[in-house]
Amino acid sequence: MSALGVVGGVLQPLLVAAGAPLLVGVTRQVRARLEGRAGPGVGQPWRDLRKLLRKEAITPRGTSEVFRLAPLVLVATTLVVAVVVPFVTTDSALDPVADLFAVVALLALGTVAVALAGLDTGTAFGGMGASREMTIIALVEPTLLVAIFALSVRVGSTNLASIVASTLHDPARVISPVSLLAAVALIVVIVAETGRLPVDNPATHLELTMVHEAMVLEYAGPDLALVELASAMRLTVFLGLLANLFLPWGIATTATALAVLGGVLAFALKVTLLGAVLAVGEVFLAKLRLFRVPELLAGSFLLALLAVAASFFLA
Amino acid sequence: MLRLWRKIRRAGRVAEPAPPPPADEQPAVAAGLGGSVQFRHLDAGSCNGCEVEIASAFGPVYDAERYGARLVASPRHADALLVTGPVTRNMAEPLRRTYEAVPAPKLVVAVGDCARDCGVFAGAYGVAGAVRDVVPVDLEITGCPPRPEAIVEAVRVLTGR
Repeated sequence: MSALGVVGGVLQPLLVAAGAPLLVGVTRQVRARLEGRAGPGVGQPWRDLRKLLRKEAITPRGTSEVFRLAPLVLVATTLVVAVVVPFVTTDSALDPVADLFAVVALLALGTVAVALAGLDTGTAFGGMGASREMTIIALVEPTLLVAIFALSVRVGSTNLASIVASTLHDPARVISPVSLLAAVALIVVIVAETGRLPVDNPATHLELTMVHEAMVLEYAGPDLALVELASAMRLTVFLGLLANLFLPWGIATTATALAVLGGVLAFALKVTLLGAVLAVGEVFLAKLRLFRVPELLAGSFLLALLAVAASFFLA
Repeated sequence: MLRLWRKIRRAGRVAEPAPPPPADEQPAVAAGLGGSVQFRHLDAGSCNGCEVEIASAFGPVYDAERYGARLVASPRHADALLVTGPVTRNMAEPLRRTYEAVPAPKLVVAVGDCARDCGVFAGAYGVAGAVRDVVPVDLEITGCPPRPEAIVEAVRVLTGR
């Protein structure tokens, strides 16, 4: 464990936890402006969270420990990912965990915990949301694994820190067919996994069209605050992963104060920009019919598979 | 897509400039919410006139969301109930249950004349009473239906922004 890794391991979770609600605020504000609204301001998600933390905690009748533990599991897995993935520094605090398979599995664990909580409430919408989420995650996880695996082939390691460091040393790789195919596949699955349009609409009020929101309908007060914070953090983590796998510039490679500050600023800038692009894209998209979503995800899986094939044949 | 982009450019900002903040005092319960109030809308037997006005109050022109309010899909996520219409016999129990499902501190806003005193439906055989006969009401909005400005003003009283 290097000094750089420790600095990253401390800074990254703080940055992700504090910045994630602001990122959600930015995406909502961009959308509001494009819709001709004034918008509630970038700080609104933090005001919502502060209020929710002060509200009464309610455990619906008939729910078990699964329902109570799910928000904690969701936040905890996301925090671990925020500690280990190279966002601000190229070294990882826990190098063995910064592995492609471990990170994807941790993120899937959080999703499964919430889906189980949705089932645990015993309501019609909770079960419906859980079944839809499982349909989507079954198609998202393989694509996520294969797309990042395509990048790891030429590095010879599935360690995310090594992948980021090697891209940093050889910038020409970013415009190779492997990278471009993997990037498109990753963008599609990240949109699906974080529940954005055209797969899921985070601003919907209609229970029948919900995916992620339907599973958390029964959460109230501090539990809901945890779920919302974790959703925002997952969005930040996925966008940060996308940014650093394909555009790692600005990331700190030495443990000097200036390099680390540059890493923090570069990460914040990249993720905010990606968030704004996501919000602009959402204004132009309508929600896809649920039965069309597997077609979209199968297409992205094909691209990821092509990326892996290209990484073997074009290397 | 280009046409939509041109339309966005041409329309610009359609939200009207914010009117001066309301003079009414913020209820003590709402002050603790700190400028963020989530509303759950509940139709207790309305003619849908108030629903149209609520939809336009939260639409781009009046943009109630800029004051920190939001409509949510579940009473568990809500801080306040927006109840419209006279409470019909069939909706009295659902209204009570919805009120119980909201985590404390909670508020109830009666929207429109029907919710305040049953309006033109007063004395009808299917009506159980006004909203305040079933659950405690913190704020009432007059009008049949109330103008979106009145709804936005009530929202601002609660969020304090």
